[in-house]
Amino acid sequence: MAAAAASTYKDRQFLAVIGDEDSVTGLLLAGIGHVTDPPDAQRNFLVVDAKTENSEIERAFKSFTEERKDIAVVLINQHVAERIRHSVDTFTDPFPAVLEIPSKDHPYDPEKDSVLKRVRRLFGE
Amino acid sequence: MSGAVGREPVFPTRQSLGLMKAKLKGAEVGHSLLKRKSEALTKRFREITRRIDEAKQKMGRVMQIAAFSLAEVSYAVGGDIGYQIQESAKQARFRVRAKNENVSGVYLPQFESYTEEGVNDFGLTGLGKGGQQIQRCRETYARAVETLVELASLQTAFLILDEVIKVVNRRVNAMRMAESTNVYEASMLSFLEQRIPSNVCNLPYRIEQDLANTYQDINSELDELDREEFYRLKKVSNKKQRDNAAADAEILAARERAAEKAAQNGTPPVAESKEPEPETTDVLGEQEDNDVIF
Repeated sequence: MAAAAASTYKDRQFLAVIGDEDSVTGLLLAGIGHVTDPPDAQRNFLVVDAKTENSEIERAFKSFTEERKDIAVVLINQHVAERIRHSVDTFTDPFPAVLEIPSKDHPYDPEKDSVLKRVRRLFGE
Repeated sequence: MSGAVGREPVFPTRQSLGLMKAKLKGAEVGHSLLKRKSEALTKRFREITRRIDEAKQKMGRVMQIAAFSLAEVSYAVGGDIGYQIQESAKQARFRVRAKNENVSGVYLPQFESYTEEGVNDFGLTGLGKGGQQIQRCRETYARAVETLVELASLQTAFLILDEVIKVVNRRVNAMRMAESTNVYEASMLSFLEQRIPSNVCNLPYRIEQDLANTYQDINSELDELDREEFYRLKKVSNKKQRDNAAADAEILAARERAAEKAAQNGTPPVAESKEPEPETTDVLGEQEDNDVIF
């Protein structure tokens, strides 16, 4: 990974979001929502509520991070990330960037963030 | 000799001496360059981690404001607009593009957000009521997403730099540790290096040390050869002098004998003395040296 080849991020232009309804609605209002062309229409967002299975979240996360090559940033609510913590923590590639964001009902806790955890570990705090 | 520890397996010749000198210099320059690169990257890395910390805090605030503006929208519209929004999202208006930034030879991608003109999926949202609130909410969220994108590029840079710094440091250490046959020893050394300040315990710089050793060895070996050669030449010239002296003495003795004989016979010494002289020279074979160069 000394120098990320240009091709790994040249085509990445969308943001993806996994989160509760409010977060997704807000981010869609900002205009990040995208649905790919009809044959296999894929949305770049997933609404998670109490009834959503963990496996579904996992699948969406996998698809955004590994399968789709047009996504630059994956935004995920922290409380959702907590449900698939293992997958989030083991994903360490620079592309796409996985970003944990706070949600309305769950305040942000820096201690749980996978990247901040790494920062802390590096500086031995 | 060639199997000795801490030394390159080469023959002690002038050529390999020159080679070693060049190599040693190269190793020193390379080491200091790599070290400087690692320092520059680490500096950048620290800066980025600091900025990530800041950006994360900022993100918390921004998202809170955005959430509040969304609450305003629900209040104004008087119902849930989530479903409507999700269904009408078709084309992304807010996109990012990546551009490169070069830090000491490492390309760090940076995301840059831009809005695709002419795409508006939510033209009819809030047509009945709350249009103004929705407009405001969209702007707030757009700003929030910009912050998020900024944070994302910082995070990407963090991950890449982390990896690159590891590689560079490994190479810096490898220059010291290479040829240490024992991996465990190498890891112990690097571990010690981290713990102990260099002025307290100076651990060996393996490659440089090896090259320096080789250089010195070759030098002393060549000196030795020089001395040997000098000694040999001295011996040869000594022997030559001794031989010459012996030959001279013999010729003199021969002449004296001839003169004696001539005196006894009473014949003129000139004719007689001429004869034995070439005989003696032939026997010794030493006179050749005067004529023949080789």
